[in-house]
Amino acid sequence: MRHRGNTLFYTLLFVCAYAGHAYAHDVVTPEVADTSDIRQREMEEVTVTARHREAPVLPVQKLGGERLEGLSTQSVADAARYFSGVQIKDFGGVGGLKTVDVRSLGSNHLGVFYDGIEIGNAQNGTVDMGKFSLDNIEEISLYNGQKSEIFQSAQDFGSAGTLYMKTRRPRFEKGKNYNVQLCMKAGTFGLANPSILYEQKLSDNVHLSASAEFTYAHGRYHFRNRKVTADGTTAWDTVAVRQNGDIRAWRAEAGFFGYLPGGKWHVKGYFYDSERGIPGAIVNNVWKNSQRQWDRNAFVQGNFTYTAVRGYDMQMNAKYSNDRMRYLNPDTTLMYIDNTFLQQEIYLSFSNRVALSGDNAMISSLRTAPVCWDLSVSADWKWNYLKGDMANFVYPERNTVLAAAATQVYWKYLKMQASVLGTFVFDKIHQPTLTMPTASKQKPQVTPAVFLSYQPYLKEELYLRAFYKHIFRMPTFNDLYYTDIGNIALQPEYTTQYDGGIQYDKQFAQGAVSSLSLRADGYFNQVKNKILAVPKGNSQYRWQMMNLGYVEIRGCDVNASLTFRTPHKVYITIAGTYTYQKAQDFSDPKEPLTYGGQIAYVPWHSCTATAHLNWRGLHVNYAFVYVGERYDNSANIPANYEQPWYTHDMSVSYEMPVGKTRMQFAVEINNMLNQQYEVIRNYPMPGINGKGIVKVIL
Amino acid sequence: MDKGQWKIISVALIAMVLAGCRHDEPVLPSETEQVGEADQTEIAGFYLLNEGNMGSNKATLDYYDYSSGNYTRNIYATANPNVVKELGDVGNDMQLYGERLYAVINCSNKIEVMDARTAKRIGQIDIPNCRYICFSGQYAYVTSYAGPVSLDPSKAQIGYVARIDTATLEITAQCLVGYQPDELAVVGDKLYVANSGGYMVPNYDHTVSVIDLNTFTEIGKIDVAPNLHRIRADRYGRLWVSSRGDYYDIPPKLFCIDPKDGSVVSELDVAASDMDIVGDSIYTCATAWDYIHMTDAVSYKIVDIKRMEVVSDNFITDGNDSQITKPYGVKINPRTREIFVTDAKNYVTPGDLYCFSPEGVLKWKVRTGDIPSSITFIYKQQ
Repeated sequence: MRHRGNTLFYTLLFVCAYAGHAYAHDVVTPEVADTSDIRQREMEEVTVTARHREAPVLPVQKLGGERLEGLSTQSVADAARYFSGVQIKDFGGVGGLKTVDVRSLGSNHLGVFYDGIEIGNAQNGTVDMGKFSLDNIEEISLYNGQKSEIFQSAQDFGSAGTLYMKTRRPRFEKGKNYNVQLCMKAGTFGLANPSILYEQKLSDNVHLSASAEFTYAHGRYHFRNRKVTADGTTAWDTVAVRQNGDIRAWRAEAGFFGYLPGGKWHVKGYFYDSERGIPGAIVNNVWKNSQRQWDRNAFVQGNFTYTAVRGYDMQMNAKYSNDRMRYLNPDTTLMYIDNTFLQQEIYLSFSNRVALSGDNAMISSLRTAPVCWDLSVSADWKWNYLKGDMANFVYPERNTVLAAAATQVYWKYLKMQASVLGTFVFDKIHQPTLTMPTASKQKPQVTPAVFLSYQPYLKEELYLRAFYKHIFRMPTFNDLYYTDIGNIALQPEYTTQYDGGIQYDKQFAQGAVSSLSLRADGYFNQVKNKILAVPKGNSQYRWQMMNLGYVEIRGCDVNASLTFRTPHKVYITIAGTYTYQKAQDFSDPKEPLTYGGQIAYVPWHSCTATAHLNWRGLHVNYAFVYVGERYDNSANIPANYEQPWYTHDMSVSYEMPVGKTRMQFAVEINNMLNQQYEVIRNYPMPGINGKGIVKVIL
Repeated sequence: MDKGQWKIISVALIAMVLAGCRHDEPVLPSETEQVGEADQTEIAGFYLLNEGNMGSNKATLDYYDYSSGNYTRNIYATANPNVVKELGDVGNDMQLYGERLYAVINCSNKIEVMDARTAKRIGQIDIPNCRYICFSGQYAYVTSYAGPVSLDPSKAQIGYVARIDTATLEITAQCLVGYQPDELAVVGDKLYVANSGGYMVPNYDHTVSVIDLNTFTEIGKIDVAPNLHRIRADRYGRLWVSSRGDYYDIPPKLFCIDPKDGSVVSELDVAASDMDIVGDSIYTCATAWDYIHMTDAVSYKIVDIKRMEVVSDNFITDGNDSQITKPYGVKINPRTREIFVTDAKNYVTPGDLYCFSPEGVLKWKVRTGDIPSSITFIYKQQ
């Protein structure tokens, strides 16, 4: 199944007396370049993941392929709602800010990776997940703790949770050396979203993928606010149009995928340019806001993974990003603001893994040892620099060195991983001011993580698992250096996670049920030194960042899915998630009203249910999302109460061949029952909405 | 399982589903609790306006009734259930004039006019970025930050004072003043406006604008100190002006101005987040940010206006000042001399109102809405 071209690399390997090449791919599984049948390859992947040593030690949730396509979601944030343990803060509409918070640790604790390399935001730590369209995303996966492998960059160890977005990798059917996909989506909110994807096999070992996308939406939608009096009569009832939620965005991406014996490489460039309105809060007498934001994000990144000799793998990552953001408040009833910020990042990473014992060990005599023992070491360097044109801005620069060591042991039914991460941060400011003469000094941090997985019966896909992870997030540039608000004395915000879980999968050869999967995790998290904005000074709205918060989170996540088969080649999958979270604010024992209160916008109960039916080229999807009652503040009083909300979404798609091409038609209807709801107080969400999609696959 | 068990299970399931459903959103009812003892003076009670943090639309009105000792939170929504989105966003100032209550709702860009006895809405006056209000004769005067924006790159925005006919609730005239004008006060036939320049950091305004009420034009400016905030007239016809300072080198101060010649007659090292003049005393409370210690310096002082000096460094005498996180407003009952101090806490959770005896001993304390700020006493009807 693997390619053995006469590349220079191959020759060199031989020269290097590289013996026993046949097993090289057991460790690094390079994308198979010349596979003839995609289905066969996917089956192979399934087999691989089912092997015990590949079973995840950690809770992982993935969405990909048809399921992801069928969820009628526009952005990665919309899709992430179907993961358990996740809260989305959604300010509404196509262009509205959407952030993802996993297990109530705070959205700044989630590492977001795009094709294996983290998307950073040194300025405020927030990645707007609404910006990532699903157009060219093949799979998104969410890990609590960290990705359950040890062969990864130090950065991969550096967050309390990680979300990986994987863009589509070129795959070519036999005899075909290009793929072209044209897609047009149009729908409510004036959405027009054409995109193109082009993939070319440049040679057996080098593939090109390029895609471009344009998104426009005027973003207007009707919303209704209504309140009733104690006797149930309407107190007031008003319908208005959400304004200033327009977006115009371009995305262009191009990448090369290369394969060589024992290795692979990937280089890509990304460009995103957008202008959007910030719809803002709807309050008494204010039904329209006029703030604008421009974003221009560009990066180039590369990855090289290589098995040098049996039992030794190495990986290199590099990235340069250049992000410009302009915020404009032209509203003369508020303070006029027109600020532009430019942030740059350079990132280099080098990871190594050595197999000490087990079937893949470097030393041949240890290959028969019953214990598989791997060791990895990685080192990263990151440079961030932020320029801004606001008054008294200090131009912060940060150098971060990350060093990680990790080990993994399999012994019979037991799998263990342990890692330790060292973080060294050096800040510098370029235009000191009277109030901020020096930069923040951060102490080196060493943080551990331990993961265990146990399979009690060899014949059953039943796993028990547990993990502990202690990690932190550094204060962002805004936390430390924002004019008047920043506080250079800030310490990192620490999270500690304890998790215990069970996972059971079963395939049935006969009967109506073809497979079932069940996962459940219970957890206890602590967030210490939580960075909060607290008011200061003399009765103007002035704030100061402080390490004051302490939050304890007790929760459980449950995932279940069932796949049915019927005699008529109808395949049905139903899946559900349920999350319970008690996230309590224990910041200030002096405040009985907030002490022990559920923190802002975290529901006690939330769940999703999805169903997918596939019959020949026809796909029908139904999705239900439920977010239970919440409070918008840890003072859990009626004035801060937020109602539950739930939406029903449906999509139907049909794929058929038209001559030599294939056509795909889809219709999506979201919020079918037209529920009028708010995720964030005073930010009304759209009612029923829909879109139509036409895709041509050449 | 028999039929009965199924019944129980299905009822429980239905109950669970219903409990998790959305229901009609009620107008938030007011809440009453007894906090003080009934007290019969000619003062019927007081209103307290809670600002509510920006964007939260949580400006609310509370009422304390002296005849019963009852404190009632959130009376506006109950009195006016049909007003869309209730009182509004950021209640910045409130005054009683005649038989009407005027609440300046900053981010809702309006002055809400209510009946002083029932808090029922009479009307509203739309003024963008309105800040403070005062009265003279038949007119109300309101400061606004939202004057014309200069075309140069500084985009400096001059403020103005709007004159409102209280009979018609119409704006009859506007007068440009300094940058970001805050409080205003009338002495004789002149209106004095404290300009802050709060949007122009670090180039704060430092003047008091003088407006002739007969012509309603600015006739001069008095140079005082940067970032002016409060301005109150005392019974001797002098003005007391607070400066917030620049939060760094220049500390907050309190100035006394003689309006006759515009001279600064006294300069005191007193921070005044809020102040109230009663008789010959100015009560101040303040949180002044200290960059060296990264904390708020909290103070509760009394200034004697005749002697022009601080006569008390802490009018809270029973140690309860340590309970107050963020003193935000101070008000004195003009009859009983009870001292009221509001605590805004962290700005996003409900605050507290403290009532101290004239001697500075805690009488009672009650939870308010978010960011309790302005208090206005109402007298019994004759």
